[in-house]
Amino acid sequence: MELLVFLILFPALAALLFCILPNGRLRDTIVILVSAVIIAATLYLFVMFAGAGTVYFDIDGGMISQIMTGLEVVISAGLLYLAAKYRQYIIAALVVVQLGVVLYAESLLHGTAALNNLFIDPFSVIMAMIIGIIGSLICIYSVGYMRDYHAHHDDMPDKRRWFFALLFVFLAAMYGVVFSNNLFWLFFFWEVTTLCSFLLIGYSWDEQARKNAFWALLLNLVGGLGFAFTFVWAGMTDPSGGLIMMDSLLAAGPVVAMIPAALIGFAGLTKAAQMPFSSWLVGAMIAPTPVSALLHSSTMVKAGVYAIVRFAPIYEASMVGLIISLVGGVTFLLASGIAISQSNAKKVLAYSTIANLGLVVACAGIGSYAAVWAAILLIIFHAIAKSLLFLSVGTVEHKIGSRDIEDMTGLLGRLPKIAVMMMIGIAGMFLAPFGMLISKWAALLAFLDAQYGFILVLLLAFGSAVTVFFWTKWLGKLVEVAWKPERLESKISTQEYAALAPLTVLMVAVCIGFPLLSTYLVVPYVFGIYGMAATLGQANTIIMVMMVFMVLVMPLTLFYFRKERKVMPHYVGGRPSTSDMHFNGSIGVQRPVALGNYYLTNYFGEERLSHIGNGVCIAFIALIGVALLMGVGI
Amino acid sequence: MIEEIIFAIGFIILAPFIGALIGGIDRKVTARMQGRVGPPVLQPLYDVFKLFEKEKAVVRNEVNFYIFSYLIFVVLTGALFFSGGDILLVIFALTLAHAFLILGAYASVSPYSHVGAERELLQLMAVEPMLILAAAGFYMATGSFAVKDIAFWPEPVVMTIPLIFVGIVYVLTIKLRKSPFDLATTHHAHQELVKGLTTEFAGPTLGMVEIAHLYETVFFLGIVWLFFASMPWVGLIAVIVVYFLEILIDNTTTRVRWQVMLRSAWLVALVAGAINLGVLALL
Amino acid sequence: MSYITKSPWIIHYDGSSCNGCDIEVLACLTPLYDLERFGIVNTGNPKHADVFLITGGINEQSEAVVKNTYEQMPDPKVVVAVGICACTGGVFRECYNIKGGVDKVIPVDVYVPGCAARPESIIDGVVRALGILEEKRTKMVEQGGK
Repeated sequence: MELLVFLILFPALAALLFCILPNGRLRDTIVILVSAVIIAATLYLFVMFAGAGTVYFDIDGGMISQIMTGLEVVISAGLLYLAAKYRQYIIAALVVVQLGVVLYAESLLHGTAALNNLFIDPFSVIMAMIIGIIGSLICIYSVGYMRDYHAHHDDMPDKRRWFFALLFVFLAAMYGVVFSNNLFWLFFFWEVTTLCSFLLIGYSWDEQARKNAFWALLLNLVGGLGFAFTFVWAGMTDPSGGLIMMDSLLAAGPVVAMIPAALIGFAGLTKAAQMPFSSWLVGAMIAPTPVSALLHSSTMVKAGVYAIVRFAPIYEASMVGLIISLVGGVTFLLASGIAISQSNAKKVLAYSTIANLGLVVACAGIGSYAAVWAAILLIIFHAIAKSLLFLSVGTVEHKIGSRDIEDMTGLLGRLPKIAVMMMIGIAGMFLAPFGMLISKWAALLAFLDAQYGFILVLLLAFGSAVTVFFWTKWLGKLVEVAWKPERLESKISTQEYAALAPLTVLMVAVCIGFPLLSTYLVVPYVFGIYGMAATLGQANTIIMVMMVFMVLVMPLTLFYFRKERKVMPHYVGGRPSTSDMHFNGSIGVQRPVALGNYYLTNYFGEERLSHIGNGVCIAFIALIGVALLMGVGI
Repeated sequence: MIEEIIFAIGFIILAPFIGALIGGIDRKVTARMQGRVGPPVLQPLYDVFKLFEKEKAVVRNEVNFYIFSYLIFVVLTGALFFSGGDILLVIFALTLAHAFLILGAYASVSPYSHVGAERELLQLMAVEPMLILAAAGFYMATGSFAVKDIAFWPEPVVMTIPLIFVGIVYVLTIKLRKSPFDLATTHHAHQELVKGLTTEFAGPTLGMVEIAHLYETVFFLGIVWLFFASMPWVGLIAVIVVYFLEILIDNTTTRVRWQVMLRSAWLVALVAGAINLGVLALL
Repeated sequence: MSYITKSPWIIHYDGSSCNGCDIEVLACLTPLYDLERFGIVNTGNPKHADVFLITGGINEQSEAVVKNTYEQMPDPKVVVAVGICACTGGVFRECYNIKGGVDKVIPVDVYVPGCAARPESIIDGVVRALGILEEKRTKMVEQGGK
């Protein structure tokens, strides 16, 4: 148990240190050291608890809950001040109402000093590894990145102390989320992540950043409010405080727990930026790239789906669960569609994140053992691939001065190492034999075995086709290498490589080793809840591993094909053209050839698809509310 | 296990020749429809051999790597399919193969191959939903994704998933690069984009693309046959009828815009999938 | 016995022709003459082609294009100059803008005179070109072309 407490408190204490230390070598070194310690501690956690099943820890809740409530009041006061200062009245109202609901709920509950407040099970171990390994790598990356960032934006105030402090507070809070069995505690940590997200999005505090930060805060507070109502329900249903514990709540079954499951599910939907709440995540892309990588793709938004997956057993075979699935499925299809029309790389990544989270939500809503297995695999593969992609895009942006995909033409020639890592990240998102493919396959299987799952099968089939389009388009841009590309790779910081390289290796390793991952972590969790577990068949696993080797061994054939062959000019309609694609047009004028990708904005435009998605999903969520009120949710 | 390996090896060795024969018969029938004599039936084989006799010339060296990967994965796709493997994995492997082909065209960095690559991507996007829904349909009809189980299913699967079959025949036109959906590249002399996707591929590079196309043809006709697997001879007749239909459509239609191709393919997939899968699910 | 003669693909280019010979070339591909029965396909892409069927004379505008197209064809390749304008410049030989026949720019293997050259002559020319193609191929192999 000390290990869990250590993982929660150590980053928080380190954050306090970073508030004080000035910018400089010392602070940077300590960031790296702290990150290394967190990685080590997480690996130790894995070794200790991987095979241990579900373990509960007794820790006296009384005083801690009071500290938490006190902190909540302080944070609420701070937010109120900011909201008032910037005339964000809705936010102010939400903060007040949420605090009121929480305090009221606490007054209803008497026996909150229950034990079993912390716990760990295989799913928590997986999430902890994502937080600890990927999160820490991103923190290491930030050292180099933020140095470059302020060199590029020397007009911006240098608030890196708070930046690093917030990153580690965030990590601490995430650990709190995945180790808490006490839902009050989980809620506290949840709201701390909302706070961190708000402050980090608004890092530069210029008008646009402020606007996006407040919008993110607003939507997340709406979700938080839903979460808070759970406590009122718990207080009214069982004043002894038994139902505040997640394990008791889950054990109570759908008849009892459907309402809190729906409320927490709603909170999860907002945090995971599902439609109609997607806009905050898209706006959050204004933050520095490490923030996008850490909070808004691999970790914080995963907290949202984490909560929904936790309640999957309650959602299984229920109307509420099915509707949640549909919200996820529709989000998956439409967000993927919007990604086609975007040329801003971070926006593509944002929409892709929203889409993948939608798929996880769809699986969790179905709630069968096969679906949960697929959901957890999706979470793992997506976290690695997306963080790798965000970090590569960040590095590329600093080198070429743009985050537009159209400016990344021929990156394979200009920044070969980074481009290869980016390509592995992209491949990891949609290509066989990489992991996301396996997860989509598992998801399809789960949908087919569910009662109304065929609707989700349709959404998956179309959404999957759409993702192939925009990812391959991006890959194509990267390999369109001009004749003699200028090499730009000279000054990429060691820290950035220190994060990118391990993530790349991890991406490949996880795909090759996924049978082990499944057997030792995912299956025990699923088996523990459902008494059954899914796997890909033996033969399929072999084939998968074979395929991965082919994709790794085959690049060696590149050396064979590098042998001297006659190189011919391109065909530009018979016009003589130079190697860098300038051709002699009519009247003897030399013209360049400009090649751009299709963005199909008429069909996959952001506005149009967002309107459709938001409308449909609002209707679905309203339907959940109606179903619950009429008591037909089960 | 042994049989699976034998089937896979059999496919790898025989498919190019069978594909070449089918292609040759295709050209003969097309010629007769146009009132001509047409080339010898083994012509596709001569084409491939000739291409390997040409000079090894490339626009960029990496292109050969991408095209070679395309070929390898098409062969893998077919081998997996004919050895009874998982049909969903087969479809995803095919997508991987096509991604390599498209990357090869992009890496050629030329205007015609670029637009050809974009169109090929659109084709891929148009076809993918139907393929995934077909796999789902096979699963709902037989309870398994394994081609082995589907092939040995006692009833002809087409009776359970007829709309899916129609959808597959529709997208077959796109996959076989037949008019009206021969946007990215075509075997005929339609020169809208010069040769589109394959413009910058010469000699042995093009030869690899052609061989891959032969493998793919056999693979897709295999999928058509799978719908009738419990009555193998009926299946064979179905394959012949379907392919003849493709030749007929090829000769009587003109190329359409990509919007028409995408919309129609998706509409067909949606209707076929929603109705067929829905009925199966709700019954 | 090489396969190049069994599957010769042609690229047809109009240098500055009046289109008379071009129509005759296309006539060869129609059902009446049906060049495809020899495996000949009219590919519009020099990179895929073995036989370069060229009509019309060479002038300033087309010189560079003809050269470029010829260079983009991978070996072995042959050039067939169809029509008297492609052979020698024809009626327009003395004009200020015509440089002459195609052999001013690229090496020609077979000359098919005529105005317009008849399909039978064109086919005859192509068949002879195939013989030359075969020789070139053999030479290429001997020189370690593979």
